Amino acid sequence: MVKLKSIEELKKIRLEAQKDLLVRSQTGTRIIVGMGTCGIAAGAREVMHAILRELETRKIEAHVETVGCVGMCAKEPLVDIEQAGKSRVRYANILPENVPKLIEEHLVKGNVVQEWAIGRLDARKIQ
Amino acid sequence: MRELSHHVLDVLENAVEAGASTIKVHIEEDLKADRMVIEIVDNGRGMNPRVIERVFNPFYTTRKTRHVGLGLPLLRDAARRCEGDLDIQSEAGKGTRLKVTFRRSHIDRAPLGDMPATLLAVLLSERPVDLEYSHQVGSEEFRLDSSEIRKELEDIPLTHPRVRDWLLRVLREGEAGLSHG
Repeated sequence: MVKLKSIEELKKIRLEAQKDLLVRSQTGTRIIVGMGTCGIAAGAREVMHAILRELETRKIEAHVETVGCVGMCAKEPLVDIEQAGKSRVRYANILPENVPKLIEEHLVKGNVVQEWAIGRLDARKIQ
Repeated sequence: MRELSHHVLDVLENAVEAGASTIKVHIEEDLKADRMVIEIVDNGRGMNPRVIERVFNPFYTTRKTRHVGLGLPLLRDAARRCEGDLDIQSEAGKGTRLKVTFRRSHIDRAPLGDMPATLLAVLLSERPVDLEYSHQVGSEEFRLDSSEIRKELEDIPLTHPRVRDWLLRVLREGEAGLSHG
């Protein structure tokens, strides 16, 4: 049961978000973090947390989502970054301390961090 | 895993993978009886008896991408090390119920750890899932039902930055409000 004050806060968030056409997952930035057993054991939850903190510090708006095991267990934690119109880039063995550089280079400067990237997948069709 | 919350996240991810739309998580810390019980119930596709038999085999997995399934064997070991056990019941087409118990003060019992981060990771699943969470410590309780939150938000997803920041804060405040024996 969510407290009354929390419901009021939620209503406010909904109204603001409904006006906010910029942060739609299809047209914005998606950061996808693997969260299978392999990922969790390798620290993926802590990497997710570091990503959320970094986005907040830099005031960058992006969707963060979690997915299960994709089969590259030795390369976990895996972080995929997908931006509208660009290929999805997969980064491997990402630790919380790598997150600031990852966000700075890929999201702010628009450069793929080659030393950590292990693949590119075709850009998703935007609905 | 270093924290029990990592194990909980692992079981929750299994439920998501099994196609669950609602997952109930109940944590009870009984200070008088010195027991900690974690119960996770999902409405996913469940398992038939042949699968349940093999679920504690570390080399058994239903995933096509690998050949080990360590989550449940590791959790059961962790419980048995602490004078507890893990019980799993499932019915194909209905869902799965997992119950894991520990002697709460056992020296080898890992800390519960960061439950807000675990719950958030599941609420941020690519495929939306609802959680009914309750955590009882002695006579205090913190509850959260994400379906109530979704109803209030209408078409705004839980992954929206403003929503997830709010969610993390509410989860943290709720958990922090429980005194930890």
